[in-house]
Parts: sequence; C-alpha cells; structure tokens
Amino acid sequence: MSIAYRIVPAGDSVLVVEFEERIDPVVNAKTIACAEAIQAAASPGVRDVVPTHRSVAVYFDPLHTDTDALVEQITHAAETSAPAAHAPQEPIRIPVCYGGDLGPDLAQVATFAKLTEAEVVQLHSSATYRVFMLGFVPGFAYLGLVDQRIAMPRHATPRVRVPLGSVGIAGVQTGIYPAETPGGWQLIGRTLVKPFDSSRENPFLMKAGDAVQFYAIDRAAYDKGAAR
Amino acid sequence: MTHLTPSGPGVVVVKPGMLTTIQDSGRWGLQSRGVPVAGPMDAVSHRLANALVRNAPTAAGLEITLLGPELEFDDERVVAITGAHFDLSLDGRTMPSNAPFIVSAGARLRFGARRLGARAYLAISGGIAVPPTLGSRATHLISAMGGIGGRALVAGDVLPLGEPTDVYGSVSMPQEAIVPLPDRHARVRVLPGPQTAYFSSDALDVLQSASYVIASNSDRMGFRLEGRPLTHARGADIISDATPLGVLQVPASGQPILLMADRQTAGGYPKIATVITADMPVAGQLGPGDTIAFAVCTMREALAALITQERALMAVEARRA
Repeated sequence: MSIAYRIVPAGDSVLVVEFEERIDPVVNAKTIACAEAIQAAASPGVRDVVPTHRSVAVYFDPLHTDTDALVEQITHAAETSAPAAHAPQEPIRIPVCYGGDLGPDLAQVATFAKLTEAEVVQLHSSATYRVFMLGFVPGFAYLGLVDQRIAMPRHATPRVRVPLGSVGIAGVQTGIYPAETPGGWQLIGRTLVKPFDSSRENPFLMKAGDAVQFYAIDRAAYDKGAAR
Repeated sequence: MTHLTPSGPGVVVVKPGMLTTIQDSGRWGLQSRGVPVAGPMDAVSHRLANALVRNAPTAAGLEITLLGPELEFDDERVVAITGAHFDLSLDGRTMPSNAPFIVSAGARLRFGARRLGARAYLAISGGIAVPPTLGSRATHLISAMGGIGGRALVAGDVLPLGEPTDVYGSVSMPQEAIVPLPDRHARVRVLPGPQTAYFSSDALDVLQSASYVIASNSDRMGFRLEGRPLTHARGADIISDATPLGVLQVPASGQPILLMADRQTAGGYPKIATVITADMPVAGQLGPGDTIAFAVCTMREALAALITQERALMAVEARRA
C-alpha cells in the first residue's frame, strides 16, 4: 500500500515517520502496521515505538543505536508494511448508561444535532469505532469516527473533574475517561468497564487498531453493576 | 495516607520536603498505551548517585525538589546525594554532595538550605524497593502511578530498601558533578523540529533572541515559558502526535512549553524545536522564576555532548567493578 510519508527527527533521540496529514482509517491502519513492523524488528537501542493518528515516533538511545541502520529499517517499514488482511476482528462491546446525571451533556448534544436524545444514543451506539490511538492518560483511547450529525465540539472551558468511566464526544472522536481527570468532552453517558486497571492481568482494555461498539443499558442495570 | 509496612529494612520519612518523589529511570515501552515515562528531571545526576553507591543505573532513589526532607534510617546503608546543592547533615555532622557516605542504623539525614540547582538525587545502596507498577517504580503524579500510591512522599512513609550488593566496597572518592548547576539561568541547545514549518520564518530567531522566564505554574510535566511569543504560520493545532522529552510545543498564545519528565505521551500543538538530550539535565535543575535561553546547534554537537557526558558517567560506573 503506497501512502506518502517522510521521516523527521525530533531532537537527537527520536525519529518520527509522518504519513498523510488527516484523521482517516486508511492512513491510521497504515500507521499502526508500520509501528508494528518497527516494534517486531526490535532493533537494539530502540526504547519505545509510539503510533498516533498518522505518525509513528521511534524513541531510541543514540549511544546504543546504529542510527543509519534504524533509518533504513524505518524506511523499509514505512514502504512495505500493510495492515493485516485477516478477518474483521470481533469488536470490544461496552455497556453504557446514557443520559441523566451520568451523561449530563446528552441533552445539549441532542439540541446541537436537532435530534431527540434517543436518536443520539441510537447513532452513538450503532457505529463500530476504530481505536485510532491512545494518549492523554494511561488507557485513554481516541475512538472514531462519530456520525457527523452528533459530532459536537468539546466544551470551550473543560470541566475540572470528569468522573471515571464517563463516555464523551469531541467532534468526530469519542472515548471513555479511564481515570478521574479534568476534561472538555461532551459527556453523554457512563460505563462501569475500566479502560485501564494496573492490577488487572492485562491492564489495558484497548490498543490502537481495535474495533469498539457501545450498547445502551438502563439505569437499573448500571446500578446493579455498580453495587457489585 | 498509605503506609507500607515492609518486613525488611526501611527509611522513615520524618519530614517529606516540598516535593520528594521516588524515581527510577522511567516507565518505558508503554507510551503507545498512553502511559507517560516519568523518571528523573535530571537523569544524569540520578544515574551518578546510583553509580556512587554501586546500584544499577536504573535503581529507584529520591528526587528532592527545592526544599529537602529529613529521613531516619533503620539499617546501615551507603548513600550519595547528587544534583542540586543542599546543606546536608547526618546527626548534626556536615556531609558532602557527590560523594558516598555510610549512614548507620538509627541515624538521621537532613537536607538544609539549598545553595544551587533545583533538584537533588538521593541514592541508597540496594535501591528503594517499592513494588513496581507496569515495570517501573517511577512516580507519575497526574496518573497517580508508581512510588508510594503515585504521590509525593508524606511524613510517616516508610521506604522499603532492596538488598545492597556490597556495602563497604562502594565507598569511593568524591566526584566532580557531571551536570553543571545553573545559577537560576541556563542556556540550552536545541535542534530545530519536528514541526518548524508550522511557524513563521523568523520564529527560530525569535526563540534564540532573549531568555524566557519559567512560570510559577510549571511542574514535572512541563515548564511554561514567558517571553517573546512565537508566531504560527499554519495555526496552533495539529493532529495529535507523540510528545518527546525536551520538545518546545507552542499553543495559540505563542508562549512555548518545554515538555519535561511527566509529560503526556501525545499532544496537539506544533513543536518548533527540541532540547538536546545532553542539556535536559541542566534544564531539570531550573525551577519557577528561573530563566532559560535557547541556542540552535547541530546533530553532531548534540551527540558529541552526549558522548562526553556518557564517558564521565561510565568512568564512575566502571569503578564499581
């Protein structure tokens, strides 16, 4: 698959492969495949390989790395890596209690979309999202793309405290807050599923490239789960 | 308040100091899952302290910020303190920086007035043995991870200690500090990029033309700088990408933010330049109100400086053998 790219240094210890400058599932799939190829090569001196929406940062120790060989290897990965052609993966399904005090911005999103709250929930929970990247805090996955009709921009002034498990929308992105943090996304619901738990055998629920679906549960089911 | 009750030897925190955190060489390999690296603000002084007490270079010690702690040892250990100069006393006796010394069981180590630099590093033979989180003991304050409960130390904490390799053999000669301590101002070298093209053509000149003040809301995540604003050429938003240590990211205000140890893994502001690895420890010795200036250098200079620093560290580490 041929997608334009360039390799640029970020200081003396990081090389960045940049693909086309857009948030796009095809560009992102290429980005993740490239990161996996670099990770799999496990060159000596490489400390971290970090894919984002459309670029891969390769962190290395310049005193223990043959930089020319690393550039060559990154070039090879950027040119030849292709997303795995295996069958579409089973999406991770996440139960969400939408609206009310658990989703304080749902009414506003409905007004923005000129739809009912039920229609917003229907649109949000009927799509299969792609994990484009993780960032912000441990386990926070940027999911997309949200239906344009409900793609409300984030709040101009972020909330000081967003509860753990809040499900939000920011433009065409949606996500779950894995910890109690400040945050500006439009909060439409909440889940009891934890995107990050360092005590779990696999602390991370999602990785870049995963597929995710949300489904609505009622308040009674949420409260029952919370009481457990 | 969480207390660890170690079965083995420990150090009791009598007074915690202003911001004392447990740091090892950082939580590497999980930035793709959004996990910040953390680790020391002055990685060279951290490693020197470990070398002086014959610990592995990655062992966990304390990073001490501006106002130091008072600690009581319940086991005899060798310790070394590097980085910022504090008046140090052991049961009332004055002790040196950059030199290992023995602390006997029951002794109290006290950090007094700070003379130069912002952050000191205390290594204890055997290292601090709190349970690692995701492979590291480094404290990351925002995500409350690592160290003790992911927070700065508080009075009453007990730091569990690992098994020292060789107590008395580790007492060696005092060392010259490897990181030159700045006197409230430092000039650091940068390499342009990765996103210089997002700025006006004179932005790199503006960056180098005058010092920036480190604002009071700066922290381990980043130094918010106040000075001549940098002008964007293509807006202040980019598609979020990775945010390495030492990059100067520039939000809409035009005032750069120097990303430090606790930075997030990704961010959406363009990055005009990156401080070279060899100069980040000097930057880490600055605090709020101090000033920093930037000078563009070449990749060759950046690597030469790093090699010089590495040789100095390896000379001390070699003496461990």
